[in-house]
Amino acid sequence: MVELREVWAGYGAETVLKGISAALMPGRVTCIAGPNGCGKTTLLQAVTGLCRLQGGEVLVDGLPSSRLSTRQLAQRVAYLPQGRALPDLTVYRMVLHGRFAYLGYPRRYRPEDHAAARAALGWAGCAELADRPLAALSGGQRQQVYIAMALAQNAQTILMDEPTTYLDVRARFGVMELARRLAGQGRAVALVLHDLELALRYADWMLLLQNGALAAAGAPREICKSGRLGEVFGVAVHEAATPHGSQYYFTPPAQNGGRPL
Amino acid sequence: MRSLPTSSTRPPHRALALAALLCLLFALLSILLGPVSIPPGQLLAILAGGPQNTPASRIVWYARLPRTAACLLAGAALATAGAILQNVLANPMASPGIIGVNAGAGLAVTLCCVCTGTGWVVSGAAFLGAAGAAALIVLLAHKTGASRMTVVLSGVAVNSLLNSASEALGILFREAGADSADFRVGGFSAVSIPRLLPAGAAILLGLGLALSLANEIELLSMGEASAQGLGLPVRRTRALLLGLAALLAGASVSFCGLLGFVGLLVPHIARHFIRAGSAWLLPMSALCGAALVTLCDLAARLLFAPYELPAGILLSFLGGPFFILLLLKQRGGRTYG
Repeated sequence: MVELREVWAGYGAETVLKGISAALMPGRVTCIAGPNGCGKTTLLQAVTGLCRLQGGEVLVDGLPSSRLSTRQLAQRVAYLPQGRALPDLTVYRMVLHGRFAYLGYPRRYRPEDHAAARAALGWAGCAELADRPLAALSGGQRQQVYIAMALAQNAQTILMDEPTTYLDVRARFGVMELARRLAGQGRAVALVLHDLELALRYADWMLLLQNGALAAAGAPREICKSGRLGEVFGVAVHEAATPHGSQYYFTPPAQNGGRPL
Repeated sequence: MRSLPTSSTRPPHRALALAALLCLLFALLSILLGPVSIPPGQLLAILAGGPQNTPASRIVWYARLPRTAACLLAGAALATAGAILQNVLANPMASPGIIGVNAGAGLAVTLCCVCTGTGWVVSGAAFLGAAGAAALIVLLAHKTGASRMTVVLSGVAVNSLLNSASEALGILFREAGADSADFRVGGFSAVSIPRLLPAGAAILLGLGLALSLANEIELLSMGEASAQGLGLPVRRTRALLLGLAALLAGASVSFCGLLGFVGLLVPHIARHFIRAGSAWLLPMSALCGAALVTLCDLAARLLFAPYELPAGILLSFLGGPFFILLLLKQRGGRTYG
């Protein structure tokens, strides 16, 4: 479990996060939402040590993150960043590198690492891709592979920065189903999502950020109903009854075609 | 569970074996052939008998063996340094010859020659010069935004600055011998055992360390955030690898001069044989580099006998066209990022 206590963080002299307190609970899919530039990525990077804490503390499994080495942190928290290089690697090597945090020197992957990598590939449904170069895969397949790598890492908390961006609609559902299954194993899963409909459909919890501060935290539908979601994004939120239950959709603030919330 | 195809995780035995075989073959030819050829049968006797006071034994023990060892060491070291730099700086154009690492070592060696330093002093200075240049380039790239192009551009600037300083010193202090063509373009005609021994030890150490860090190099190629997320202390590892590249390049410059293109060219050749992944790229680069440099030196000795070209000239002759081919091929679809 990861807990942020009054976290102030940023890059160099710039402050992005301003006093955020929140918890990423095990067994829960937490969606981090908010307008562009509100500090969603910074929040994930504050947990992984990629940006500087200017105040407050991050507790990882009860320990201050500043006291954990990069390796110890990686055994507890897996992080899939948003902009990723496209390394010249096969899928299997990628997933195997999920085990890096468990290696001593010299770095030789052990039979149990290979077993974990194979199990993760099978679990994420990409066993047949093992031998392909990463560059030859579709966006959705790559995301599956990254999630398999995070699973091989065997961290109890998994952070993903915009895992569904650039994916087609079916691949988005695929990624969210995997996130739900990870949470089903008792892991804490936190995702930065721009697709609010996906967030409302799949997330148990939402952290809504605005200008680096926490605007709301709670069940996504409750935040939606409270009107905070619409306020923070500056859009109108509507609920419509459909054969698949009530669905939400968004319109620019001037239009009020549906029932405003 | 479904069984997985695992050919990508198996070492590319055939390519590595072929490269090793070529290394051996060229090394053997390099020992046997020259102005005075040694019959293969006699070579075994000479090697078994140890250094003797016969002309053939003296040629083998004091000229051909050190020279061949120098070719193998320099080729392996420069190619490995190039492969490391290309991966760590995420730039296919990075190589010790282009971004000034060789030039830093060259300046240090020239300074040593002027001050009549020898042996370990020259090797140590070459390493410091190479490491200084590498640190300067990384610092410049960091200050200016660290884009891939910036690294190469700042490297080219540093390279020309250091090279002109070396040349000025070489011309002002001719007796130091650092203005010789052999030093400026790189060659093996002046290899001496006192210089080769410390540099060779440094190269073997550097190669061993570099080969043990193949996983780290692969992680770095995934990008800083991903690598850190997987548990790699990125800054420390990057500094260590750049230091290793400087050690390898600096050590070879200390005895064979400014051998260009090996560091740039050979990793790209190796990549053609090693698909996806750099776990085997470093050993393959080292073998290809050793084979290529030994072959070029052999050709440089034999082609215009009794005259001898510096091996660096032949390497550049091969390197130029290859580089153009690479650019054409890159345009044809293969992307280096």
